[in-house]
Amino acid sequence: MAYDKFNILTSTAVPLPIENVDTDQIIPARFLKATERVGFGDNLFRDWRYNPDNTPKKDFVLNNPVYSGKILVGGKNFGSGSSREHAAWAVYDYGFRAVVSSFFADIFKNNCLNIGVLPVQVSPEFAEKIFAAIFADPKAELEINLPTQTITLLSTGEKETFDISAYKKDNMINGFDDIDYLQSIKGEIEEFAANLPL
Amino acid sequence: MVRKIEGGPDVLFIDRHLIHEVTSPVAFLGLKSRDIGVLYPNRTFATADHNTPTINQHLPVADPLSANQLQALETNSKEYGISHWGLGHQKNGIVHVVGPEYGITQPGATIVCGDSHTSTHGAFGAIAFGIGTSEVEMVLSTQCIMQPKPKKMRINVNGKLGKGVTPKDVALFIISQLTTSGATGYFVEYAGDVFENMSMEGRMTVCNLSIEMGARGGMIAPDETTINYVKGREFSPKGEAWDKALAYYKTLKTDADAVFDKELTFDGSKIEPMITYGTNPGMGMGISQDIPDAAHVEGGAATYEKSLNYMGFSEGEHMIGKKVDFVFVGSCTNGRIEDFRAFTSLVKGKHKADDVTVWLVPGSHIVESQIKEEGLLDILTEAGFVLRQPGCSACLAMNDDKVPAGKYAVSTSNRNFEGRQGPGSRTMLASPLVAAAAAVTGKVTDPRTLIEELV
Repeated sequence: MAYDKFNILTSTAVPLPIENVDTDQIIPARFLKATERVGFGDNLFRDWRYNPDNTPKKDFVLNNPVYSGKILVGGKNFGSGSSREHAAWAVYDYGFRAVVSSFFADIFKNNCLNIGVLPVQVSPEFAEKIFAAIFADPKAELEINLPTQTITLLSTGEKETFDISAYKKDNMINGFDDIDYLQSIKGEIEEFAANLPL
Repeated sequence: MVRKIEGGPDVLFIDRHLIHEVTSPVAFLGLKSRDIGVLYPNRTFATADHNTPTINQHLPVADPLSANQLQALETNSKEYGISHWGLGHQKNGIVHVVGPEYGITQPGATIVCGDSHTSTHGAFGAIAFGIGTSEVEMVLSTQCIMQPKPKKMRINVNGKLGKGVTPKDVALFIISQLTTSGATGYFVEYAGDVFENMSMEGRMTVCNLSIEMGARGGMIAPDETTINYVKGREFSPKGEAWDKALAYYKTLKTDADAVFDKELTFDGSKIEPMITYGTNPGMGMGISQDIPDAAHVEGGAATYEKSLNYMGFSEGEHMIGKKVDFVFVGSCTNGRIEDFRAFTSLVKGKHKADDVTVWLVPGSHIVESQIKEEGLLDILTEAGFVLRQPGCSACLAMNDDKVPAGKYAVSTSNRNFEGRQGPGSRTMLASPLVAAAAAVTGKVTDPRTLIEELV
């Protein structure tokens, strides 16, 4: 299923400078009972965002109107824990199209790439600069340029390049996904399966 | 490997695909919206586990959302011709417990499941790892996923384990040394005499927890222990096919000159029974130690303090003696027969502490039957414990087995994240022996002080 095409994203960003943000925080298990991919954004960071009586927690960044944008900037080791793609769905459904961190957990990163959310891994130093810039001015914008693989802090012009495989980059720019690709080589897969030794 | 993509991932053929009710429904919806089918339905196996109640499994599931998800798994499996082991089925149980029990897990096989603890199956020398729902859809429709080649790490643990030190302690120790992200990007091989001398159940516990240090998978080279376990199971090869398979399994040993991107070695005799004090599995320590200062911990002090605040603990405190409200024994980490043998060996002749709620949840019906047949249930009943029915249960609290806000649980499961066992719950991860010591004392207790002859 083709997803949104990603080319250049220019946006303000929401800072979450906490390390080891796990997928149970991004979307708690009790919200995984849906059988369709709808409504996960409402429960993004549910227990950090709301009190048990469902009133918003004022000190959590998503409840602070000063911060907004299509980019989420997280602390080191973002997305650790469970393989639930629901975490990536929640990030997407809330309105984020890219997540920036100095380090991502593997499965979360992969899940993001599979649904068209761009994970941008930057150096710890650059991550610090981004956090500082946003805290100094919540209107500070980031530009994420996928074709050139660069992320730029527009207020200062400082930029860094990021890694992505040529295959995934092409997929994201064109809005293709892996199933489209795998379907296209199905004959080859069937031949492989027919010749398995065991 | 079917194909290598230039500048991209490999196309990896998947021998065995396990599915459960939580991460599969949207994948099946995807098949429908693309109007494609399941390529090899006999390579996928479905079991219900995450949502299932652990009492009164013969009754309809009360929670309508859970019931709906369980129904979706059944309907989808039926529609596409996939074996379905739903609630009430004799083979139903936790996906990573029943897979090996029925011989679906085979050495050298590629095994995936929409669950991060799929690393469990690496205990058999399988290449096994967790995937997301988009990948579940890929495997259903093409039996392949796209996977970049991971880096390789070897972790050696040698030496004689001390009294009361179990495979869980070895794993929690390793994770405490590497941190929760120390193996991200790696596939880990566990080597050394500690693992060679371990049972398959113990190896599964260790490999299961590989993801808790960020590794996509963990594995142990197959040996006689592995082959003895696999032989004769329902889905294991039989007759000539077994001879052929056996010859193949014997080729799976790691080459003596294999090169790893990273290699670590630990002394097994220095490992204590472990317990976690924070909100990720890397925040663990020997049970007799004191909670470390932020200054001695890698990473940001702010995150560390947030974690201790959540737990209601302070730097420098002892863990021993802390109040325990709940004890959970079960999960894909420690829900196997050995875990219940260990728990029972400690509580035998003692009694459950009055102010502790204890959930003993076997990983499968086979484990449940073994507990009864081996006479463990009689000992447990005598000591005031009740055995529940199989499922994931309080490990992630998707069913009714939830630890209330602010309460403390000693849990044999795999994650102590904030709210993992219920909103506001506080989890201390430990072995079945540490869980048993807490169950009979109501406090964090060093199991080595409770009995002389430990397993």
